[in-house]
Order: sequence, then C-alpha cells, then structure tokens
Amino acid sequence: MIEVTILKIGDTIIVPIQTELHDLAANFLQENILKKIEKVGARGLIIDVGVVTIIDSFMGRVLVDTAKMARLMGTETVIVGMKKEVVMTLLQLGLMMQTLHTALNIEDGITLLNRLTGGNHERSII
Amino acid sequence: MKGPSSKDSLDISVANYEDVILARQKARELMQSMGFSLLAQTRMVTAVSELARNMVVHAGRGQMSVNSVEKLNQKGIECIFQDKGPGIQNIDQALRQGFSTSNSLGLGLGGAKKLCAEFDIQTTVGKGTRVTIREWKTR
Ligand SMILES: Nc1ncnc2c1ncn2[C@@H]1O[C@H](COP(=O)(O)OP(=O)(O)OP(=O)(O)O)[C@@H](O)[C@H]1O
Ligand SMILES: [Mg+2]
Repeated sequence: MIEVTILKIGDTIIVPIQTELHDLAANFLQENILKKIEKVGARGLIIDVGVVTIIDSFMGRVLVDTAKMARLMGTETVIVGMKKEVVMTLLQLGLMMQTLHTALNIEDGITLLNRLTGGNHERSII
Repeated sequence: MKGPSSKDSLDISVANYEDVILARQKARELMQSMGFSLLAQTRMVTAVSELARNMVVHAGRGQMSVNSVEKLNQKGIECIFQDKGPGIQNIDQALRQGFSTSNSLGLGLGGAKKLCAEFDIQTTVGKGTRVTIREWKTR
C-alpha cells in the first residue's frame, strides 16, 4: 500500500500527499489520519494537495468526508495547495466542496486554523 | 460509426484501482506530448478517471484505448472505454447528477460528459457499455 507521511507538529497534523492515490489508498489514508487524531489529538489538520494533479469525484469525497469526521473528533481541517486547474475542474464536475476550508499554502493554512480554533498554531509550530 | 482518423493508439486493460491510475497517466502522457494546456489535461484526465472507475465498479473490468485523432486540420485525443458489464437501463437517468446505483455521489458519468468536448455513450443491457470522449486542441 502507498504510504503517506502523517506529521504532527505542535497542535497540528500535517499530511503532504506526494503521489497520485488510487481509491483504496485514499481510503487507507483517511483511516490513518483519523487513527492519528484519535491517538495523539490535534486542534488542526492540514492536508497538502499541492502536487496532486487531479481531484476527481472519489478523491473529492474522501477529502470532504475526512474533514467532517475530523471535526466530529474536535479537529478542524484545511486543505492547502489546490491547483487552479484542479479547482476549475472540480467546479465543472459539480462536486460541492463548500464545507471544506481551503488555503493557498501551509502558512496561510496555519493562519486560517488559528482563526478557526482561536489558538496559536504558529507559535506551537515554531 | 466512422470516426476521425487515428494515428497513435494504445490499449490498456482496466481491472482494478491501480489500473485507473495507469489509465490517467497514459491519457496525460499523450496530451502532454500533443501540447494540450494544463487545464485541458486536467479536465480530460479527470473524466478518464471517472469512466475508468465506472468500468471497475459497475462492470468489474474493461478496456480503455487512447488514440490521437485528426479532423480537418484539428488534432485531438480520443479515449474509448469498453466493458462487457451489465449495461445501463436508462442513460438519461444515469447521466443525471446525483443518480447512483452504488450509493455514491452519482457525479462520474454526467461529470465526464461536462468535462469533455465530445461524449458518446452506447450501452446494451446485459451486454456492456462503450463510452467515447474526445478533446480537440485549440490553436
Ligand atoms: N460502465 C458502466 N456499466 C454499467 N453501469 C454503469 C457504468 N457506468 C455507469 N453506470 C451506471 O450509471 C450510474 C451513474 O454513474 P456515475 O459514475 O455518475 O455514478 P456512480 O459511479 O454511481 O457514483 P460516483 O461516480 O459519483 O462515485 C451508476 O450508478 C451505474 O448504475
Ligand atoms: Mg462513477
């Protein structure tokens, strides 16, 4: 199975997706993220999709569901680095992603998480 | 049906989720070599992902062929997805956003149609389904 690194820095879990994930690998990653939250707890989750070249209906749904489940476990999610071509395609596909918080990069993602959770993730990272 | 003339052509068998990734890669490679824009590539490859997955999920397996095609003075890419699965009873219903027989989002088929310049579906219940998509290079 394709392994995706799950990092914990301060109060934040960071998941940089570095390869194209097939459907089972995406499900596996979702499960591992939730396990990690359960084990170590986190106020924020950042999923970095900066090198992901396409997000289709399946991957989109995995991202939305992961964020929903993380929230139920007390963790806010921000998806960072979505390419503009990916965003335009998702919109045309008809996938509703309004429930997702997004930011341009990890730095902006952390700023957004601070606002969402009222904490200071930046400080806990540095 | 007499389609546009075909130059490069490649067939792959799609039987599992890893093959879906391979199908995406093959379509992207050809589009890259033909000089399609990143947006055109992203749209087409997303459609390929949906249609290849549909063969795995709804038909068990299928074949994809990726072809470079020409009409008049335009160059394009064509992907054909052919399976021997159960076929589709009602195409209009299957194309509608939100319709799914697998308790999913029901975005794939209709989404693929929206993402491509040309979309054609032929299906026979009990025999299988054939979906053809094409994208043309704009000059
Ligand atoms: N190759 C196929 N063979 C048989 N039936 C198909 C095939 N492709 C699509 N269908 C039928 O058309 C319906 C709609 O397809 P569509 O891809 O839009 O949705 P889905 O695959 O059910 O869900 P999603 O793709 O959003 O996860 C499917 O539920 C299925 O009944
Ligand atoms: Mg589908």
